[in-house]
Amino acid sequence: MRGRIWGSRGSIASPGQDTKRYGGNTSCVELRPPGCDVVILDAGTGIRELGVRLVREGAERIFLLLTHLHVDHLEGLGMFEPIWRKQTELHIWGPASPVASLEQRIATYFSPPLFPVHLSEVPATIEYHDASESEWRIDGARFSSNAIIHPGPTVGYRIESKGRVLAYLTDHEPALGADLANDSSDWISGFALAYRADVLIHDCQFTPQEYESRLGWGHSTTEHVARFAEKAEVDRLLLFHHDPMHSDDQLDAMRDDVLAGWGVDGDRCTVAAEGAELVV
Amino acid sequence: MDLAPRQHNLVLILARSFAAQLATAVFLVDAEGTVIYYNEAAERLLGNRFIEGAGMRAEEWSTIYRPRDADGQTVPLQSLPLGVTMLKREPAHGIITILGADGVDRRIEVAALPLFAHTEDFLGAIALFWERPEDR
Repeated sequence: MRGRIWGSRGSIASPGQDTKRYGGNTSCVELRPPGCDVVILDAGTGIRELGVRLVREGAERIFLLLTHLHVDHLEGLGMFEPIWRKQTELHIWGPASPVASLEQRIATYFSPPLFPVHLSEVPATIEYHDASESEWRIDGARFSSNAIIHPGPTVGYRIESKGRVLAYLTDHEPALGADLANDSSDWISGFALAYRADVLIHDCQFTPQEYESRLGWGHSTTEHVARFAEKAEVDRLLLFHHDPMHSDDQLDAMRDDVLAGWGVDGDRCTVAAEGAELVV
Repeated sequence: MDLAPRQHNLVLILARSFAAQLATAVFLVDAEGTVIYYNEAAERLLGNRFIEGAGMRAEEWSTIYRPRDADGQTVPLQSLPLGVTMLKREPAHGIITILGADGVDRRIEVAALPLFAHTEDFLGAIALFWERPEDR
Protein backbone atom coordinates (compact mmCIF):
# COMPACT_ATOMS: atom_id res chain seq x y z
CA MET A 1 0.00 0.00 0.00
CA ARG A 2 1.17 3.50 -0.73
CA GLY A 3 -0.15 6.86 0.28
CA ARG A 4 0.65 10.34 1.46
CA ILE A 5 0.31 12.44 4.58
CA TRP A 6 -1.75 15.54 3.78
CA GLY A 7 -2.09 16.79 7.33
CA SER A 8 -0.66 15.58 10.64
CA ARG A 9 -1.39 18.46 13.00
CA GLY A 10 -3.90 18.12 15.82
CA SER A 11 -6.55 20.42 17.24
CA ILE A 12 -6.23 23.38 14.88
CA ALA A 13 -4.38 24.20 11.68
CA SER A 14 -1.03 25.76 12.57
CA PRO A 15 0.85 27.17 9.59
CA GLY A 16 3.95 29.23 10.28
CA GLN A 17 7.70 29.37 10.38
CA ASP A 18 7.93 27.00 13.35
CA THR A 19 5.84 24.28 11.70
CA LYS A 20 7.19 24.38 8.15
CA ARG A 21 8.94 21.00 8.19
CA TYR A 22 6.13 18.87 9.62
CA GLY A 23 3.28 21.05 8.41
CA GLY A 24 0.28 22.85 9.82
CA ASN A 25 -2.69 21.12 8.19
CA THR A 26 -4.94 18.98 10.38
CA SER A 27 -5.43 15.23 10.03
CA CYS A 28 -5.69 13.73 6.57
CA VAL A 29 -3.97 10.65 5.14
CA GLU A 30 -4.35 9.26 1.62
CA LEU A 31 -4.02 5.52 1.14
CA ARG A 32 -4.00 3.47 -2.05
CA PRO A 33 -4.48 -0.23 -1.33
CA PRO A 34 -3.63 -2.16 -4.53
CA GLY A 35 -6.70 -2.63 -6.71
CA CYS A 36 -8.81 -0.33 -4.57
CA ASP A 37 -10.04 3.20 -5.13
CA VAL A 38 -8.55 5.94 -3.02
CA VAL A 39 -9.06 5.69 0.74
CA ILE A 40 -8.83 8.84 2.86
CA LEU A 41 -8.36 8.83 6.60
CA ASP A 42 -10.00 11.89 8.16
CA ALA A 43 -11.07 15.16 6.60
CA GLY A 44 -8.94 17.77 8.34
CA THR A 45 -7.69 20.79 6.45
CA GLY A 46 -5.17 18.62 4.60
CA ILE A 47 -7.98 17.13 2.51
CA ARG A 48 -8.38 20.37 0.53
CA GLU A 49 -5.21 19.92 -1.45
CA LEU A 50 -5.82 16.19 -1.86
CA GLY A 51 -9.22 17.01 -3.34
CA VAL A 52 -7.61 19.18 -6.00
CA ARG A 53 -5.34 16.24 -6.91
CA LEU A 54 -8.26 13.79 -7.07
CA VAL A 55 -10.29 16.01 -9.37
CA ARG A 56 -7.29 16.29 -11.66
CA GLU A 57 -7.02 12.48 -11.64
CA GLY A 58 -10.71 12.11 -12.39
CA ALA A 59 -11.35 10.00 -9.28
CA GLU A 60 -15.07 9.29 -9.03
CA ARG A 61 -15.35 6.68 -6.25
CA ILE A 62 -13.80 7.76 -2.96
CA PHE A 63 -13.78 6.15 0.49
CA LEU A 64 -13.50 8.47 3.47
CA LEU A 65 -12.91 6.99 6.92
CA LEU A 66 -13.56 9.41 9.76
CA THR A 67 -12.20 8.55 13.18
CA HIS A 68 -14.57 10.99 14.88
CA LEU A 69 -16.28 14.28 14.28
CA HIS A 70 -14.18 16.77 16.18
CA VAL A 71 -13.67 19.79 13.98
CA ASP A 72 -9.99 19.21 13.22
CA HIS A 73 -10.95 15.91 11.57
CA LEU A 74 -13.93 17.25 9.62
CA GLU A 75 -13.34 20.90 8.80
CA GLY A 76 -11.76 20.23 5.40
CA LEU A 77 -14.81 18.41 4.01
CA GLY A 78 -16.52 21.57 2.79
CA MET A 79 -13.46 22.48 0.73
CA PHE A 80 -12.98 18.96 -0.62
CA GLU A 81 -13.49 19.63 -4.32
CA PRO A 82 -14.85 16.18 -5.33
CA ILE A 83 -18.03 16.65 -3.25
CA TRP A 84 -19.01 19.57 -5.48
CA ARG A 85 -19.07 17.31 -8.55
CA LYS A 86 -22.22 15.38 -9.37
CA GLN A 87 -20.31 12.37 -10.70
CA THR A 88 -18.52 11.73 -7.39
CA GLU A 89 -19.59 8.74 -5.32
CA LEU A 90 -18.35 9.31 -1.78
CA HIS A 91 -18.63 6.65 0.93
CA ILE A 92 -18.14 7.94 4.45
CA TRP A 93 -17.50 5.71 7.46
CA GLY A 94 -17.57 7.06 10.98
CA PRO A 95 -18.35 6.07 14.56
CA ALA A 96 -21.96 5.31 15.41
CA SER A 97 -23.75 7.36 18.01
CA PRO A 98 -26.75 6.28 20.09
CA VAL A 99 -28.51 9.60 19.51
CA ALA A 100 -28.07 10.64 15.87
CA SER A 101 -27.02 9.22 12.53
CA LEU A 102 -23.58 9.86 11.07
CA GLU A 103 -25.15 12.08 8.41
CA GLN A 104 -27.03 14.14 11.01
CA ARG A 105 -23.89 14.62 13.08
CA ILE A 106 -21.75 15.66 10.10
CA ALA A 107 -24.50 18.09 9.12
CA THR A 108 -24.23 19.74 12.53
CA TYR A 109 -20.93 21.16 11.33
CA PHE A 110 -21.77 21.20 7.63
CA SER A 111 -24.67 23.68 7.83
CA PRO A 112 -25.34 27.32 8.77
CA PRO A 113 -24.26 29.07 10.87
CA LEU A 114 -20.96 27.13 10.89
CA PHE A 115 -20.86 26.55 7.12
CA PRO A 116 -22.77 28.46 4.43
CA VAL A 117 -24.21 25.41 2.65
CA HIS A 118 -26.16 22.50 4.11
CA LEU A 119 -24.80 18.99 3.63
CA SER A 120 -28.00 17.98 1.82
CA GLU A 121 -27.17 20.47 -0.97
CA VAL A 122 -23.91 18.78 -1.89
CA PRO A 123 -24.15 17.49 -5.48
CA ALA A 124 -22.03 14.37 -5.00
CA THR A 125 -23.72 11.12 -4.04
CA ILE A 126 -22.80 10.38 -0.42
CA GLU A 127 -23.41 7.11 1.40
CA TYR A 128 -22.90 6.85 5.13
CA HIS A 129 -21.72 3.75 6.99
CA ASP A 130 -21.41 3.10 10.72
CA ALA A 131 -17.91 1.98 11.56
CA SER A 132 -18.05 0.93 15.19
CA GLU A 133 -16.92 -2.62 15.92
CA SER A 134 -17.21 -3.73 12.32
CA GLU A 135 -15.31 -5.31 9.47
CA TRP A 136 -15.83 -4.85 5.77
CA ARG A 137 -14.07 -5.33 2.45
CA ILE A 138 -13.59 -3.00 -0.45
CA ASP A 139 -12.17 -4.66 -3.53
CA GLY A 140 -9.11 -6.54 -2.21
CA ALA A 141 -8.64 -4.61 1.02
CA ARG A 142 -9.98 -5.54 4.44
CA PHE A 143 -11.03 -2.83 6.88
CA SER A 144 -11.83 -3.10 10.55
CA SER A 145 -12.67 -0.57 13.20
CA ASN A 146 -13.03 -0.46 16.95
CA ALA A 147 -14.11 2.19 19.40
CA ILE A 148 -11.08 3.68 21.16
CA ILE A 149 -10.58 5.96 24.15
CA HIS A 150 -11.18 9.61 23.24
CA PRO A 151 -13.99 11.94 24.37
CA GLY A 152 -17.12 11.22 22.33
CA PRO A 153 -17.66 8.36 19.86
CA THR A 154 -14.27 7.67 18.26
CA VAL A 155 -12.86 4.74 16.31
CA GLY A 156 -9.49 3.59 15.07
CA TYR A 157 -8.97 1.71 11.81
CA ARG A 158 -6.96 -1.27 10.65
CA ILE A 159 -6.49 -1.69 6.91
CA GLU A 160 -5.03 -4.89 5.48
CA SER A 161 -4.09 -5.52 1.87
CA LYS A 162 -1.82 -8.13 0.32
CA GLY A 163 -0.40 -9.12 3.69
CA ARG A 164 0.44 -5.59 4.78
CA VAL A 165 -1.26 -3.75 7.64
CA LEU A 166 -1.75 -0.08 8.40
CA ALA A 167 -3.28 0.94 11.74
CA TYR A 168 -4.58 4.47 12.22
CA LEU A 169 -5.22 5.56 15.80
CA THR A 170 -5.05 9.29 15.92
CA ASP A 171 -6.73 10.90 18.93
CA HIS A 172 -6.24 8.06 21.37
CA GLU A 173 -5.53 7.92 25.09
CA PRO A 174 -5.03 4.22 25.86
CA ALA A 175 -3.23 5.04 29.11
CA LEU A 176 -6.37 6.54 30.67
CA GLY A 177 -7.04 4.36 33.70
CA ALA A 178 -4.75 1.64 32.36
CA ASP A 179 -1.24 0.40 32.98
CA LEU A 180 0.11 -0.06 29.46
CA ALA A 181 3.17 -1.93 30.64
CA ASN A 182 1.44 -4.49 32.82
CA ASP A 183 -2.24 -4.78 31.87
CA SER A 184 -3.29 -7.73 29.76
CA SER A 185 -3.41 -6.67 26.11
CA ASP A 186 -7.11 -7.53 25.71
CA TRP A 187 -7.89 -4.75 28.21
CA ILE A 188 -5.95 -2.06 26.32
CA SER A 189 -7.89 0.26 24.03
CA GLY A 190 -6.88 -0.06 20.38
CA PHE A 191 -4.57 -3.01 20.89
CA ALA A 192 -6.29 -5.38 18.47
CA LEU A 193 -6.24 -2.75 15.74
CA ALA A 194 -2.55 -2.06 16.14
CA TYR A 195 -1.30 -5.58 16.79
CA ARG A 196 1.73 -6.32 14.60
CA ALA A 197 0.87 -3.56 12.13
CA ASP A 198 3.55 -2.81 9.57
CA VAL A 199 2.84 0.86 10.11
CA LEU A 200 1.05 2.39 13.09
CA ILE A 201 -0.01 6.01 12.83
CA HIS A 202 -0.62 7.07 16.42
CA ASP A 203 -1.40 10.11 18.50
CA CYS A 204 1.62 11.67 20.21
CA GLN A 205 0.32 15.08 21.17
CA PHE A 206 1.85 15.67 24.58
CA THR A 207 5.02 15.46 26.58
CA PRO A 208 4.63 13.75 29.97
CA GLN A 209 4.87 17.16 31.63
CA GLU A 210 2.06 18.61 29.50
CA TYR A 211 -0.10 15.55 30.13
CA GLU A 212 -0.23 16.28 33.85
CA SER A 213 -2.71 19.08 33.17
CA ARG A 214 -4.41 17.40 30.19
CA LEU A 215 -5.44 14.05 31.59
CA GLY A 216 -8.63 12.83 29.91
CA TRP A 217 -8.33 15.09 26.88
CA GLY A 218 -8.03 11.98 24.74
CA HIS A 219 -4.39 12.14 23.68
CA SER A 220 -1.14 10.32 24.31
CA THR A 221 2.32 11.24 25.48
CA THR A 222 5.69 10.15 24.16
CA GLU A 223 5.85 7.58 26.98
CA HIS A 224 2.40 6.20 26.23
CA VAL A 225 3.00 5.76 22.52
CA ALA A 226 6.38 4.11 23.13
CA ARG A 227 4.78 1.57 25.48
CA PHE A 228 1.80 1.03 23.20
CA ALA A 229 3.98 0.43 20.12
CA GLU A 230 6.18 -1.97 22.04
CA LYS A 231 3.23 -3.89 23.46
CA ALA A 232 1.49 -4.11 20.08
CA GLU A 233 4.74 -5.25 18.42
CA VAL A 234 4.39 -2.84 15.53
CA ASP A 235 7.12 -2.54 12.95
CA ARG A 236 7.10 1.18 12.23
CA LEU A 237 5.53 4.06 14.10
CA LEU A 238 4.47 7.43 12.74
CA LEU A 239 3.96 10.05 15.43
CA PHE A 240 0.79 11.97 14.57
CA HIS A 241 -1.65 14.65 15.74
CA HIS A 242 1.06 17.12 16.65
CA ASP A 243 0.13 19.71 19.22
CA PRO A 244 -0.43 23.09 17.53
CA MET A 245 1.89 24.69 20.09
CA HIS A 246 4.80 22.39 19.24
CA SER A 247 7.49 23.58 16.85
CA ASP A 248 9.32 21.30 14.44
CA ASP A 249 12.30 21.22 16.80
CA GLN A 250 10.10 20.19 19.70
CA LEU A 251 8.64 17.36 17.60
CA ASP A 252 12.18 16.15 16.86
CA ALA A 253 12.89 16.07 20.59
CA MET A 254 9.66 14.15 21.24
CA ARG A 255 10.67 11.56 18.66
CA ASP A 256 13.96 11.13 20.52
CA ASP A 257 11.99 10.53 23.72
CA VAL A 258 9.80 7.91 22.04
CA LEU A 259 12.83 6.12 20.65
CA ALA A 260 14.49 6.13 24.06
CA GLY A 261 11.36 4.67 25.63
CA TRP A 262 10.73 2.10 22.92
CA GLY A 263 14.40 1.13 22.57
CA VAL A 264 14.44 0.46 18.82
CA ASP A 265 16.43 1.71 15.83
CA GLY A 266 15.71 5.23 14.66
CA ASP A 267 14.27 4.21 11.31
CA ARG A 268 11.30 2.60 13.06
CA CYS A 269 9.91 5.87 14.40
CA THR A 270 9.18 8.95 12.34
CA VAL A 271 7.42 12.25 12.92
CA ALA A 272 4.56 12.31 10.40
CA ALA A 273 5.29 15.15 8.00
CA GLU A 274 2.83 16.79 5.66
CA GLY A 275 3.66 15.81 2.08
CA ALA A 276 5.58 12.71 3.08
CA GLU A 277 4.99 9.56 1.09
CA LEU A 278 3.61 6.62 3.01
CA VAL A 279 4.76 3.11 2.11
CA VAL A 280 3.25 0.17 3.97
CA MET B 1 -0.61 -11.99 7.96
CA ASP B 2 -1.08 -12.00 11.73
CA LEU B 3 -4.65 -12.18 12.88
CA ALA B 4 -5.54 -9.43 15.32
CA PRO B 5 -6.21 -10.79 18.81
CA ARG B 6 -9.59 -10.69 20.50
CA GLN B 7 -10.23 -7.63 22.55
CA HIS B 8 -12.89 -6.48 25.01
CA ASN B 9 -15.31 -3.83 23.86
CA LEU B 10 -14.31 -0.28 24.82
CA VAL B 11 -17.34 0.04 27.11
CA LEU B 12 -16.06 -2.90 29.16
CA ILE B 13 -12.50 -1.53 29.13
CA LEU B 14 -13.75 1.80 30.47
CA ALA B 15 -16.05 0.12 33.00
CA ARG B 16 -13.12 -1.89 34.33
CA SER B 17 -10.88 1.18 34.50
CA PHE B 18 -13.63 3.08 36.30
CA ALA B 19 -14.14 0.22 38.75
CA ALA B 20 -10.43 -0.08 39.42
CA GLN B 21 -10.38 3.53 40.66
CA LEU B 22 -13.47 3.27 42.88
CA ALA B 23 -13.59 2.69 46.62
CA THR B 24 -17.09 1.24 46.17
CA ALA B 25 -17.28 -2.49 45.43
CA VAL B 26 -17.88 -3.21 41.73
CA PHE B 27 -18.57 -6.56 40.03
CA LEU B 28 -18.43 -6.75 36.23
CA VAL B 29 -19.77 -9.56 34.05
CA ASP B 30 -19.89 -10.04 30.29
CA ALA B 31 -22.97 -10.67 28.16
CA GLU B 32 -22.99 -14.36 29.14
CA GLY B 33 -22.75 -13.51 32.83
CA THR B 34 -19.13 -14.59 33.21
CA VAL B 35 -17.09 -12.60 35.72
CA ILE B 36 -14.57 -10.42 33.93
CA TYR B 37 -13.57 -8.15 36.79
CA TYR B 38 -14.15 -7.14 40.37
CA ASN B 39 -12.22 -4.51 42.24
CA GLU B 40 -10.39 -4.46 45.55
CA ALA B 41 -13.41 -3.15 47.46
CA ALA B 42 -15.43 -6.08 46.10
CA GLU B 43 -12.63 -8.48 47.05
CA ARG B 44 -12.98 -7.30 50.63
CA LEU B 45 -16.75 -7.91 50.76
CA LEU B 46 -16.66 -11.18 48.83
CA GLY B 47 -13.74 -12.45 50.85
CA ASN B 48 -11.63 -13.58 47.93
CA ARG B 49 -9.31 -12.13 45.32
CA PHE B 50 -10.32 -11.43 41.73
CA ILE B 51 -7.73 -13.91 40.48
CA GLU B 52 -9.66 -16.58 42.40
CA GLY B 53 -13.05 -15.51 41.04
CA ALA B 54 -12.16 -14.53 37.45
CA GLY B 55 -14.09 -16.53 34.88
CA MET B 56 -16.88 -17.65 37.25
CA ARG B 57 -20.10 -18.29 35.36
CA ALA B 58 -23.48 -17.01 36.53
CA GLU B 59 -24.41 -20.40 38.04
CA GLU B 60 -21.29 -20.17 40.20
CA TRP B 61 -21.30 -16.58 41.44
CA SER B 62 -25.03 -16.71 42.08
CA THR B 63 -24.62 -19.64 44.49
CA ILE B 64 -21.08 -19.65 45.86
CA TYR B 65 -21.73 -16.66 48.14
CA ARG B 66 -25.03 -18.19 49.34
CA PRO B 67 -27.26 -15.10 48.80
CA ARG B 68 -30.22 -14.93 51.18
CA ASP B 69 -33.13 -12.58 51.77
CA ALA B 70 -34.17 -10.97 55.07
CA ASP B 71 -35.93 -14.20 56.10
CA GLY B 72 -32.85 -16.29 55.41
CA GLN B 73 -34.33 -17.82 52.25
CA THR B 74 -31.96 -18.52 49.36
CA VAL B 75 -32.28 -15.95 46.55
CA PRO B 76 -32.04 -17.59 43.12
CA LEU B 77 -30.17 -16.07 40.19
CA GLN B 78 -33.30 -14.72 38.54
CA SER B 79 -34.14 -12.72 41.67
CA LEU B 80 -30.68 -11.36 42.43
CA PRO B 81 -30.22 -7.75 41.31
CA LEU B 82 -27.39 -8.70 38.95
CA GLY B 83 -29.36 -11.74 37.77
CA VAL B 84 -32.37 -9.56 36.94
CA THR B 85 -30.11 -7.19 35.04
CA MET B 86 -28.49 -10.05 33.15
CA LEU B 87 -31.73 -11.78 32.23
CA LYS B 88 -33.98 -8.78 31.61
CA ARG B 89 -31.29 -6.27 30.59
CA GLU B 90 -32.72 -3.65 32.90
CA PRO B 91 -31.52 -1.92 36.09
CA ALA B 92 -32.20 -3.67 39.37
CA HIS B 93 -31.69 -3.04 43.08
CA GLY B 94 -31.89 -5.15 46.20
CA ILE B 95 -30.62 -6.00 49.66
CA ILE B 96 -29.25 -9.47 50.35
CA THR B 97 -27.02 -11.28 52.77
CA ILE B 98 -23.98 -13.08 51.39
CA LEU B 99 -21.47 -15.41 52.92
CA GLY B 100 -18.01 -14.27 51.93
CA ALA B 101 -15.33 -16.75 50.99
CA ASP B 102 -13.66 -15.66 54.23
CA GLY B 103 -16.61 -17.16 56.17
CA VAL B 104 -18.16 -13.82 57.16
CA ASP B 105 -21.86 -13.03 56.59
CA ARG B 106 -22.42 -9.53 55.19
CA ARG B 107 -25.68 -7.73 54.44
CA ILE B 108 -25.15 -5.78 51.25
CA GLU B 109 -27.13 -3.41 49.07
CA VAL B 110 -26.72 -3.93 45.32
CA ALA B 111 -27.46 -1.70 42.32
CA ALA B 112 -26.98 -3.36 38.95
CA LEU B 113 -27.01 -1.77 35.51
CA PRO B 114 -26.92 -3.26 32.01
CA LEU B 115 -24.12 -2.10 29.69
CA PHE B 116 -25.00 -1.33 26.09
CA ALA B 117 -22.55 -0.08 23.46
CA HIS B 118 -25.52 0.72 21.26
CA THR B 119 -29.20 0.23 21.86
CA GLU B 120 -29.27 -3.41 20.78
CA ASP B 121 -25.68 -4.26 21.65
CA PHE B 122 -25.75 -5.79 25.15
CA LEU B 123 -22.21 -6.24 26.47
CA GLY B 124 -22.72 -7.27 30.08
CA ALA B 125 -23.62 -5.75 33.41
CA ILE B 126 -22.05 -3.89 36.28
CA ALA B 127 -23.09 -4.22 39.91
CA LEU B 128 -22.10 -1.71 42.59
CA PHE B 129 -22.58 -2.91 46.13
CA TRP B 130 -21.83 -1.85 49.65
CA GLU B 131 -22.26 -3.19 53.14
CA ARG B 132 -25.26 -1.65 54.88
CA PRO B 133 -23.87 0.55 57.67
CA GLU B 134 -26.52 -0.49 60.23
CA ASP B 135 -25.69 -4.15 59.61
CA ARG B 136 -21.94 -3.93 60.06
